[in-house]
Amino acid sequence: MAVGVKDEGTPSGGGARWWYDPKVRAIIFQVAFVVALVAFIAFIVNNTVVNLEKRDIRAGFGFLSEPAGFEIPITGVVDYSVDKGSTHGAVFLIGLQNTFLISAMGIVLATILGFVLGVLRLSNNWIVTLLVGSYIEIVRNIPLPLQFIFWQTAVFIIFLPKVRDPISIFDTIYIHNRGLTGPKPIGEAGLDFVFYAIFAAIGVVMWLRKWARRRQDETGKQFPVFWTSLGLLVGLPLLVASILGFPLSWEYAELGRFRFTGGMGIPIELFSALTALTIYTSAFIAEIVRAGILSVSRGQTEASHALGIRHGPTLRLVIIPQALRVIIPPLISQYLNLTKNSSLGILIGYSDLFNVFGGISLNQTGQAIEIIFMSMSVYLCFSLLISLYMNWYNRRIALTDR
Amino acid sequence: MIEAMNTHNRPFVRTEHLPQSPPPVSTSGIIGWARENLFSSPLNAVLTIASFYFLYLVIPPFVQWAFIDAAWWGSSNKDCAGYDGACWAVVTARFGQFVYGFYPEAERWRPNLVLILFAINLLPILWDRVPGRTIAALFLVTGFPLVALFFIHGGLGLEVVPTPKWGGFMLNLIMAAVAIIYSLPLGILLALGRRSEFPIISRFCVLFIEFWRGVPLITVLVMASFILPFFMPDGFNFNELLRALVGLTLFSSAYMAEVVRGGLQALPKGQTEAARAIGLTYWQSIRLIIMPQALKITIPAIVNTFIGLFKDTSLVIVIGLFDLLQVAKSSVTDTNWLGLEHETYIFVALVFFVACFAMSLYSLYLERKLDTDHRD
Amino acid sequence: MKRFMLSALGAATAVAVTASAAVAASSTMETVKKRGQLICGVNTGLAGFSAPDDKGVWKGFDVDYCRAMSAAVLGNPDKVTYKPLTGKTRFPALQSGEIDILSRNTTWTFKRDVNLGFEFVGVTYYDGQGFIARKDLGVKSAKELNNASVCIQTGTTTELNLADFFRTNKMKFKSVVVEDATEARQAYAANRCDVYTTDRSGLAAQRSVLKDPDAHVILPEIVSKEPLGPVVRHGDNVWGDIARWVRNALVVAEELGVTQANVDQMKSTENPEIKRLLGTEGDFGSMLGLSKDWAYNVIKSVGNYGEIYERHIGPKTAIGLDRGVNNLWTNGGIIYAAPFR
Repeated sequence: MAVGVKDEGTPSGGGARWWYDPKVRAIIFQVAFVVALVAFIAFIVNNTVVNLEKRDIRAGFGFLSEPAGFEIPITGVVDYSVDKGSTHGAVFLIGLQNTFLISAMGIVLATILGFVLGVLRLSNNWIVTLLVGSYIEIVRNIPLPLQFIFWQTAVFIIFLPKVRDPISIFDTIYIHNRGLTGPKPIGEAGLDFVFYAIFAAIGVVMWLRKWARRRQDETGKQFPVFWTSLGLLVGLPLLVASILGFPLSWEYAELGRFRFTGGMGIPIELFSALTALTIYTSAFIAEIVRAGILSVSRGQTEASHALGIRHGPTLRLVIIPQALRVIIPPLISQYLNLTKNSSLGILIGYSDLFNVFGGISLNQTGQAIEIIFMSMSVYLCFSLLISLYMNWYNRRIALTDR
Repeated sequence: MIEAMNTHNRPFVRTEHLPQSPPPVSTSGIIGWARENLFSSPLNAVLTIASFYFLYLVIPPFVQWAFIDAAWWGSSNKDCAGYDGACWAVVTARFGQFVYGFYPEAERWRPNLVLILFAINLLPILWDRVPGRTIAALFLVTGFPLVALFFIHGGLGLEVVPTPKWGGFMLNLIMAAVAIIYSLPLGILLALGRRSEFPIISRFCVLFIEFWRGVPLITVLVMASFILPFFMPDGFNFNELLRALVGLTLFSSAYMAEVVRGGLQALPKGQTEAARAIGLTYWQSIRLIIMPQALKITIPAIVNTFIGLFKDTSLVIVIGLFDLLQVAKSSVTDTNWLGLEHETYIFVALVFFVACFAMSLYSLYLERKLDTDHRD
Repeated sequence: MKRFMLSALGAATAVAVTASAAVAASSTMETVKKRGQLICGVNTGLAGFSAPDDKGVWKGFDVDYCRAMSAAVLGNPDKVTYKPLTGKTRFPALQSGEIDILSRNTTWTFKRDVNLGFEFVGVTYYDGQGFIARKDLGVKSAKELNNASVCIQTGTTTELNLADFFRTNKMKFKSVVVEDATEARQAYAANRCDVYTTDRSGLAAQRSVLKDPDAHVILPEIVSKEPLGPVVRHGDNVWGDIARWVRNALVVAEELGVTQANVDQMKSTENPEIKRLLGTEGDFGSMLGLSKDWAYNVIKSVGNYGEIYERHIGPKTAIGLDRGVNNLWTNGGIIYAAPFR
C-alpha cells in the first residue's frame, strides 16, 4: 500500500514534525516495504524447506546429471541416446533446441503470411478485404489451445494419407500422417570448405554494402548491391563445391516394415504446432501491418510522386521505412508471444522445452521446483533479450528522428 | 447566370437547370460498384475471381455438411449413420456437460442465477445511461464474489457442490471473471507503484510485472498447480481451482498494470499538478482526479485484456480442470461418439468465437465513443 | 481508494478461506464425514475403469471402489465427488490433500510407496505392460518390433519400461508421446504410430473402444509387473485401514459367496466369518470407526469383487478381460485377502 506519498499539506516552518518530512517518510515507507517483502519471502522459503523435508524430496540440480531413461520423439542435433545413459541435462538441451526451432520457423512464416494479409486487408477489392477481415476475426477469437488440438487431431492426422500409402514427390520426399520424410544430406570430406565459402561470402557482402553506401554518399552513384550479394552468396559456395566435386551425398528414406527409416523427417506434431502458431500470429501481425501502413500520411506518397519518384521506389524508400517504425515494436512483442505460445506444443506432443523437460523430466524426477524454475528462466531470458533489443531499437529510431 | 436573366435581347435563355443525367452505367449501380471495388485492375480481377472461387469451394459444401445433411439428435454416433453431414447429436446430447461440466442437473439454476445477477451488476458499469456505476463497481469486486460463491458452491442450506464438479463453459466464465475482477485492483496498484517516486517500490513493481509478462501462462498454471502447495505452511492446503485462479490473477494483473499505465501516461501532467495545487493528498488526487479519467480511456484495452484472458482459460486442461475444451476432448474419445472431432471442436470454437467477438465489438464501440468525446 | 482496496482484499481472503479445504492435520475420515462427500481421484477417461457417460455419471472398476469407500464411510455409494486426474496431476493432488483417495489404476512401486509419501492399501488388479498392434502388420511378438513407432502416455512407469525393453532386446523405436490414454488411443487409431503400449488391462479397454476391435491384436509379451491399486496419504493409518479393509471385504465377500443379490439372506446365515463381515456378530465396524453394517452397505451397493469385475471389465463386457491371475486364489488366481478375524 505504501506508494509514493510525497507530502500532505505539510504545515511549513521550523516546528514541522519529523514525520511530515517527505524524505523521512519515503525512507520509512520503503524500509517497511522491504521488511514486509523479506518477511514474506522468508515465510515462503521456510515453508518450502519444511515441506520438502517432510516429503523427503532432495532439492538441488543433481538430477540434471542422472540418466533420463526415456526416448524423445525429436532429438535433432543433440546427441541423445538412452543406451548411452543420456541425462536430464541433455533433455533440457533438446527442449531448448526444439523450442528455438519452432519459434524461429513460426516467426518467419507468420511474418510472411501476416505482411501479405495486412497488405491485402488494405486493398480496394471488396471481396478480398472481406475474406481477409473474416480470417483475422475468426483466428483471433478462437483459443490457441483449441487451434493446436484441431490442426493435429481433426485435420492432419485424419486427412493426410497413412504411412503405407504416402504422397510421394519424385520418390524421394514422402508426406503422410506421421509427417514428412525426405533424404538426409551426408557430408563428405571437403564439406568444411563449402561452409567456409559461405562465411566468406557473408563477410564480403557486409563489406560491399558499407562500401556501396559510402560511394553513394560521396559520388551519388548507385551500385546494384542486392544482385551482387545474391550472386556472391549463391555463387561462391557453389563454385567451391563444384571444385571439390560436390562433397555431399544423400541418404534416402526407405519404407520399412513399420515406418520410414533412414533419411530425415519432420514429425506431424511439428507441422500442427507450426500451422497453429503461424495462422494465429499472422492474424495479429496483419493488423499491426495494416495500422503501420495507415499511419504513414497520404501526403508522403503524394510528395514523393511530386518529386518524380516512381511507385516502386516510393514504396521502398518512403512508405515502408516510415511504416516499419510503427510496425516493428508491436511486431517484436508478437514474436515474443509466439515463442511463449510454442509451449502449447505439450497439448499435441511436440517435444518442446515445456513438454520434454517441464513435462516428462518433471514426472520422472519429481523435482518440480527446479524444473519449472529452469523452464521459466529460459522464457524470461528470451524476453529480456527482446526488451534489450527493443530499447536499442527505440533509441536508434529516436536518433534518426528529425 | 444573373447577367443572362437580365438581358432580354437574346432569343432564348434557359431559366432553369437541366435535370442531372444519371452517371454512365459503367460507373454506377452494381456494375459501377463492381468495377470500382472488384475489378479496378487486372490483379484485382484475378484476386476477385480467385476469392469467389474459394468461397464457392468452401461455403456450399460446408452448408450442406453442417446444416442440410446434418443429424441433430441421437444418443450415440450410430444414430447419425444415415446422414452424410455433421453429427451434431454429440453436442445436443452432451450439451449440459459442455455448459456445466459435472454440476448436478437439479442445481443448475444456481449458476444461471449468478449469471443473471452478474449481467445486472455489470449493466451500470458497461452502459452509462444506467446510474450507480461506482456502487456497482464496488459491489462487483466485494459483495458479488461472495454471492456468486454462495450460490455456485452452496452451503448455508443449499446443497454443497464441490469444485471438481464445476466444469464446462461455466468454469471458463468463472475463471475469467474472477481473474479479471481481482487483477484490476492489483494491476492499478502495480501501475501506480511502477510510476512511484520511491525507487525500491517502482523497481519491485517493474520486476514483478516483467516476470509475469515474460513467462508463458502454461508455466504459470503448472507452477500454481505443482509448486504453490510447497509455499504454504505445512498442513495447509488449498483447492486446485483456487490455485489456478491465483496463477491466472497474478498473470493477468501484470498485463492489467501495463494497460492502466498506458491510461495514466495518456493523461496530461497538468491534471496531477492541478490536483496537488488545490491541496488534495496523493490518494485523493488518484481517487478523484486521475483514476476516473485514466480508467475511462482504458476500458477498451481492459476489455481486450479480458478477451485474451478468457481465451487463455482454456489452457487449464494442462492441469486437468474440466473446462469446455476438456469436455470436448473427453467427448470425442467416448466410445459412443468416436470420430466426431470436427463437430465437437467446431462447436467449441463457435462458442468461444461468439463470446470473444461480441466483446471485441463492444470494445470497438467504446473506442469510437471515447474518440468522439475527445473531439468535442 | 484505500478503503476500497481493503475491502477488496478482505473479500479475496474470505473467498480463499471459504473455498479452501480444511487443514489436513485433522484426520481424513473426519474431514470426509464433515464434508458428507468423498473426493476420489480417478482417470480422466479409460473405458471400463473410469469414464463419464453422457449424463456426466462416472462408471467403471476404479469408480466402483470409490463407491464402495463411500458406502462404507458415509453409508451411501453416491456421495462421491470424482476428480479426474492425468498421470501427471494424480500425485500432487493426493499429496496436497485435494483428494481423499486415489483410485486410478496406479502401479505400486517402491519409490511411490516410500519416497512420495503414499500408502498403497492393496492390489485390486494385477497387471503388466503389453503392446497392441494392427493385425495387418503381421506382428506376432513384441520382439519383432524393431524400428516401430510406439505411442505412449507420459507420466507413467510405462515410459521407462518401454525404453528398457527395447534396450535389452537390442531394438530401436520411435516414441510418440501424448498426455493421456484417450489421446494415445486417438493417435494409434489414426495410425500415427504402429503399436501402442500401456498396461494390458488398459490395452483391452482401449481395444474395446476402437472402431474395429478385431483388427487389432494384443501381443503376448508382458514386459513388466504392474500391481494396480488404490492409494492414500502416508501417516493417516485409520484412513489407510479403512481403505485396505474395504478392498479386503470385497474380496472376502466373493470368497464366501456373498453377493449384492443375496447379502440380505446372508445376514441370517450361520457362517461365523460372514457374520463378522456383515456385522451381525461382533462389532468390527466400530474398531474402524465405522458403523456396524459398513461391509453390508458396501456389498449391497456395489457387490463383491467378482461382481465389480464382471460388471465393468469381465469377459462379457466390451473390454473382455479374462479373470486370469486376477481370479481368487481358490480358483487359480492370486487375488487374496486377509481374513476377518
